[in-house]
Amino acid sequence: MNRSYNQAAGGRRVSEAIVEIVGLRKVYGGKNSVTAVDGIDLHVEAGLIYGLLGPNGAGKTTTISIATTRAIPTAGSVKIAGVDVVAHPALARRSIGVVPQYNTLDRSCTVAENIHFHCRYFGMSNAEATARTAQLLEQFRLSDRTQAYPQALSGGLAQRLQIARAIAHYPKVLFLDEPSAGLDPQSRIAMWEAVQALRGEGITVVLTTHYMEEADALCDRLAIIDHGRILIEDTPAALKASVGGDKMYDLRMHGVRDSGLLERRLQVIEGVTGVEVIEGGLRVLARAQDGLLAKVVTIANEFGLRDMTTTEPSLETVFIRLTGRDLRE
Amino acid sequence: MGEVVGRGDDVRWVIYSRAFLGLMERDLRVLRREMVPFVIRIAMNPLLFLFVFSYVMPHMSGGATMSPVAGMAGGGGGFGTVLLPGLMAVAIMFSGIAAVALPLAQEFGITREIDDRVMCPLPIAAVAMEKIIFSAIQSVLAAALVFPLAYYIPSTPVLAHVTSWWFLGAVVVLASLLAGALGLTIGTSVQPKQIGLIFGVVIMPITFLGCVYYPWTALTHIRWLQIGVLVNPIVYMSEGLRAALTPTTGHMPEVMILAMLTFFLVLLTWAGMRGFARRVLS
Repeated sequence: MNRSYNQAAGGRRVSEAIVEIVGLRKVYGGKNSVTAVDGIDLHVEAGLIYGLLGPNGAGKTTTISIATTRAIPTAGSVKIAGVDVVAHPALARRSIGVVPQYNTLDRSCTVAENIHFHCRYFGMSNAEATARTAQLLEQFRLSDRTQAYPQALSGGLAQRLQIARAIAHYPKVLFLDEPSAGLDPQSRIAMWEAVQALRGEGITVVLTTHYMEEADALCDRLAIIDHGRILIEDTPAALKASVGGDKMYDLRMHGVRDSGLLERRLQVIEGVTGVEVIEGGLRVLARAQDGLLAKVVTIANEFGLRDMTTTEPSLETVFIRLTGRDLRE
Repeated sequence: MGEVVGRGDDVRWVIYSRAFLGLMERDLRVLRREMVPFVIRIAMNPLLFLFVFSYVMPHMSGGATMSPVAGMAGGGGGFGTVLLPGLMAVAIMFSGIAAVALPLAQEFGITREIDDRVMCPLPIAAVAMEKIIFSAIQSVLAAALVFPLAYYIPSTPVLAHVTSWWFLGAVVVLASLLAGALGLTIGTSVQPKQIGLIFGVVIMPITFLGCVYYPWTALTHIRWLQIGVLVNPIVYMSEGLRAALTPTTGHMPEVMILAMLTFFLVLLTWAGMRGFARRVLS
């Protein structure tokens, strides 16, 4: 059912912006007015899994609240599938699926009814709603819990049901706000799989997260947000590449003797793309190649190497470089 | 099949009315499942009240003189005749509280489960309107349930007589919608922690000062009270039902009743919707 509709959604030009945010600002008034969103522009192409990565309080949830008609922006505009969410909230909601941070399942209704009535709210006939419910319960492996009440579900199951319900009316965009908050690792991976499977249904996904692993594993593109602004926007691979090397050797030194000289000597090793000062020593950025590590260690030893760690650049590295702070702070 | 879901040329009101009916269907399903608690909730208060005041006390020695308003029902009929419209009004009012205020306080403050219904393709005011209308349906059911209790339990015959079914219908519908609007206003303006307090601070005073257990005309010797209670919407519910069902007791003018029920309905609907929008949108 609804095959034709799905194809219509999936067959759009890929370059078309399904979520278009321009100059978005949100200031919460009162005595201590807080600028939660401070001029965000975002252009999400259809069919992507798009991530908003940033620490708590960065403005991610506020951005999503505005995009999903739950908050009124102070300035700027949001269009979902061409519909202005501030001017036409009720109509825009037809293109929007939402999974908020907290569990909003209808506790007076069973698992199946949660999906069924959601379909009814969006205008499906009783037969259509029943068929769609059965299909989603199957797809999200909830078929053996259809008559259970949400209170009886584990966190992972409840989250899957929330996603199933959110996409029941074939929205064009699914917003997931911190989808893995409070999930155990196994449920998180199951949730990632469920989200990735949505790609095949032509649903664009916009999610917020402060877990860099999640952003890295799930998202096609990312915007890193801090203090209500977008700092950088690109694919996870490009963001990590921007660090300038695919290996990082963090050298901890006994004291900081002649670090300038050490820096110069490390810099000329073939394959090293950069050396920078970190707390207690130096960080060497390099392209992975045989023998490089040995050379680095040999030279550093002459200057009193105490310890060394090898890592690969992560989104965390990108965030720290942009803000000077840890993502988890 | 299914095309209606995504077709862009659906007229707006079709989308809205389907969403609205979907919400009603959901509420009906939940109500049907909770029918037994619903009936107990509604029937218990009038049942006990009637049993004690209009059955037990008149049977006690000297009971007739103990009945506080024995002589009040002007055209005859005992306290039971006074209580019939009053208890129906309380049932109508309380249904609004139980159907809207209590669940909303819970949903806004703790569970946030209203979110999915707020996210349906319907203006937020219409989502709030659905709450009021569904609550009104429960209020009508409650009034219908209380009527036979209040009619048959009292030991002295209850003098009920309907002269205008139109007037009765208008009063019941207006009072029921008003109860829903009151529930919406309370439910969106209090924190769930305070909901227990609402019973003491709002429900009890508006019930006891709502001309439920005595007709408004009988307050004529306590003039300040007779004027003071006019700000209480429950007064017009009780008096409206009194005028419609037990006119012999004496009551306010019909026109005033309908006008004031309408006034409070508009006022509380406005306040409730404002509160609803404020709680839903940030």
